[in-house]
Amino acid sequence: MGDHHHGPAKGLSRWLYTTNHKDIGTMYLWFSFAMFLLGGAFAMIIRAELFQPGMQLVEPGFFNQMTTLHGLIMVFGAIMPSFVGLANWLIPMMIGAPDMALPRMNNWSFWILPPAFLMLASTLLMEGGAPAFGWTFYAPLSTTYAPPSVTFFIFAIHILGVSSIMGSINIIATVMNMRAPGMSYMKMPLFVWTWLITAFLLVAVMPVLAGAVTMMLMDIHFGTSFFSAAGGGDPVLFQHIFWFFGHPEVYIIILPAFGVISQIIPAFSRKPLFGYASMVYATAAIAFLSFIVWAHHMYTVGMPLAGELFFMYATMLIAVPTGVKVFNWVTTMWRGAMTFETPMLFSIGFLVLFTIGGFTGLMLSIAPADFQYHDTYFVVAHFHYVMVAGAVFSMTAAIYFWLPKWTGRMYNETMGKVHFWVSFIGFNITFFPQHFVGLAGMPRRIPDYALQFADFNMMSSIGAFIYGASQLLFLYNVIAAITSGKRVTDEKIWDGAEGLEWTLPSPPPYHTFEVPPTIEEQPAH
Amino acid sequence: MLNARALAAAALTPLAANAQNQINMPTGVSDAGVVITELGAEIYGLHMLIFWISVAIGVGVFGIMLYSIYAHRKSRGVKPSQFHEHTGVEIAWTVIPFFILVAMAVPATSTLLEVYDNDDAELSILVTGYQWKWKYEYLDADGENISFFSNLATSQEQIYNTDVKGENYLLEVDQPLVIPVDTKVRFLITASDVIHSWWVPEIAVKRDAIPGFINEAWTRVLAEGVYRGQCTELCGSYHGFMPVEVHVVSQDEFDDWTASKRGAAVADATLATQELSVDDLMARGADIYNASCLACHGAKGEGGLGNAIAGSAIAMGGVDSHLNVIVNGVAGTAMQAFGAQLSDVDVAAVTTYQRNAFGNNTGDVVQASDVVSYKEG
Ligand code: HEC
Ligand SMILES: [Cu+2]
Repeated sequence: MGDHHHGPAKGLSRWLYTTNHKDIGTMYLWFSFAMFLLGGAFAMIIRAELFQPGMQLVEPGFFNQMTTLHGLIMVFGAIMPSFVGLANWLIPMMIGAPDMALPRMNNWSFWILPPAFLMLASTLLMEGGAPAFGWTFYAPLSTTYAPPSVTFFIFAIHILGVSSIMGSINIIATVMNMRAPGMSYMKMPLFVWTWLITAFLLVAVMPVLAGAVTMMLMDIHFGTSFFSAAGGGDPVLFQHIFWFFGHPEVYIIILPAFGVISQIIPAFSRKPLFGYASMVYATAAIAFLSFIVWAHHMYTVGMPLAGELFFMYATMLIAVPTGVKVFNWVTTMWRGAMTFETPMLFSIGFLVLFTIGGFTGLMLSIAPADFQYHDTYFVVAHFHYVMVAGAVFSMTAAIYFWLPKWTGRMYNETMGKVHFWVSFIGFNITFFPQHFVGLAGMPRRIPDYALQFADFNMMSSIGAFIYGASQLLFLYNVIAAITSGKRVTDEKIWDGAEGLEWTLPSPPPYHTFEVPPTIEEQPAH
Repeated sequence: MLNARALAAAALTPLAANAQNQINMPTGVSDAGVVITELGAEIYGLHMLIFWISVAIGVGVFGIMLYSIYAHRKSRGVKPSQFHEHTGVEIAWTVIPFFILVAMAVPATSTLLEVYDNDDAELSILVTGYQWKWKYEYLDADGENISFFSNLATSQEQIYNTDVKGENYLLEVDQPLVIPVDTKVRFLITASDVIHSWWVPEIAVKRDAIPGFINEAWTRVLAEGVYRGQCTELCGSYHGFMPVEVHVVSQDEFDDWTASKRGAAVADATLATQELSVDDLMARGADIYNASCLACHGAKGEGGLGNAIAGSAIAMGGVDSHLNVIVNGVAGTAMQAFGAQLSDVDVAAVTTYQRNAFGNNTGDVVQASDVVSYKEG
């Protein structure tokens, strides 16, 4: 262990060898932002091609590579690592621990990510092009009919899985063993709770994903027929396995976002979170339900009626705990004393847009109606409301909220507000019309479309360019804050913020809570 | 990847007048007020029911939130209250939504039961998805099946913006599916390569077409007319280019249509025994090439997903090896076995065409009889 009071090493070796949760958190956050820009660039290519009917910019095959890589990079490269970065920075500081429980493994779980994504991106340059079978990679399009680069894709997914599992084990070990004395489970900040539950989901489902891609690998190279009907296999089996991973994955993405919102709304309402215990139970209920609803992504594959009914009822049930969360947040705001700094704006944006995404989710759960919605732009609109306005908005709120604590410097508030409004408007111009074209019959993942969809697609593309550009403003604001932002010295940067991280200096020293703090009677939430 | 020529053309060519923008699911009722399919109308009703319930809840939640944002702001000098629990309220907003969900589940279940009611069909049609076209086969008790492929009919010029786009851009096929009005039609849906999904929004039928599996779906269309849809499961490069076009006609018209289809099959069989002129073969071959080969081999035989035909060693080499590729396909590639998809005359015509078009001036003429004897080995 050696000397506990050293500062960070200098130069590149600091980052390569670091076992410090703050350094690793920082690397995760920057890496995920880079991936967010890359996935965003692919989205811009998609929207540019869809700006008008007819093929203009790219060929259909390349278009499919773009939709595939956009999805994979946003889910696995941008959103998931960004929340792991947040967990690294915050969990030790929130529970009064000196670092993560397994710091060396922490270093590894980050450093295997960049090579994995480099490999995934390099498939673009390979013979036959990058994977073009969608981020859901349904067999046999992703096996018998896949380009040769699929093998690299499989390898990349394996590495991501390993990284996620290591990250989750670390979070579980940290939360279970490293809490300061007196920090009982029911006193933990909600962000820690949501991440603990998320980590269990990850450990449960990432191996399933690994199994799915391994079976693909066997089908492609070793003559098995797991997913090939011609050899006695079953292409639908692939979808069951994929969504058994894929549906919990959706909650893996959104639960930490719930945690963030549950920290920020009370802070700017200057009022404790309403219904802390019910928030914890609702999170656990959602996590449990997430395992028994996977086939609602597959209503049209020809399941037996009984299966169809089971998955419909189970899916509808998710509305109950999700509703509890939304009601709790609104009640937290009720009779508070609110101010609307950028983190609060993004949180309210989250609340409104995520709820809309929840409503369309409820509509999609209705199996007979889903026969009309399935695989259309209605679904695309739905999941961007929950993924972008849900996960990405909450992540943005988190950065604005904790950045001053991490760096000891304030971002530019006016620019932050402009960023919010441009994002909010751009987002809605992009995705609201997609509900319309979807209902009117536009399938997803098509590079060209019938003329009746033209106006709304043009609108959608314009919105996407606005939303995309607003992220550059965000980047600028963050860099400007880090390099030349106004210094903040208060421990409590936001007067309503509660929790142990706000008892630390801003910026916190390289090592914090080497001596466990004493937890006051008043719980940290 | 970048397609500069098409881009330049796009800037020059005006779009066709845009069709009406529609913002909701098809109602299941025609413009003339006739129910198109009862199931479609019912699904639309269910969709609107859930929609309005969501709107009502949304208005309530957002209304309270907006009021709170207005009234409970620090700038108005309010003191924050500190309440953070209320068991009664928390139980209420867990239990009440549950009962609302039960109320939604009842109509949803009864509609789903109807979707699954495939019994008592009067006509059965086997629908097979191929990369990237649909095959329709009318299953006939006497074994006299009618069977044909349905390809995208929109020209490459329209897609690449060198021609004005037509009204049914990307939603038109060379040979539509024809079904009689007010008849319970059962679709048996499958695929030959990857997964596709057969969807016609206005008659509310969507079912995945999965290789090795046969899915069932049904419809009874009550209003004559033309209904259009598309493949809705990503199935490769030209997923966006495999539309569905259904013509719903009176029973009489349907009978005439089946008779003429059967007649055409007989005529094809007769043609196969005759010698055709080079011009006939070339004209027929061009049609088939444009419908079935162009997507992969290019409008000028320049290649794309498939190899170039212009200057191809196979298309200009021995006739048998050329026929071998077309009839048997190339295993493990996108090149399918067209021997099972095209009639012998059509194979002869497209082979002749490939050997003499795009500057491949071999002068060879391939007749149907050559194809027959090739197949017989
Ligand atoms: C789905 C895409 C696709 C379609 C549609 C298609 N082909 Fe092909 N074709 C291919 C591919 C891929 C190859 C190359 C196979 C190989 O690797 O040997 C090929 C090769 C060929 C060749 C050999 C060319 C050479 O020089 O190697 C001929 C001849 C040919 N196709 C004829 C046809 C005809 C005739 C049709 C229409 C009836 C057709 N193809 C439709 C994909 C397609
Ligand atoms: Cu298809």
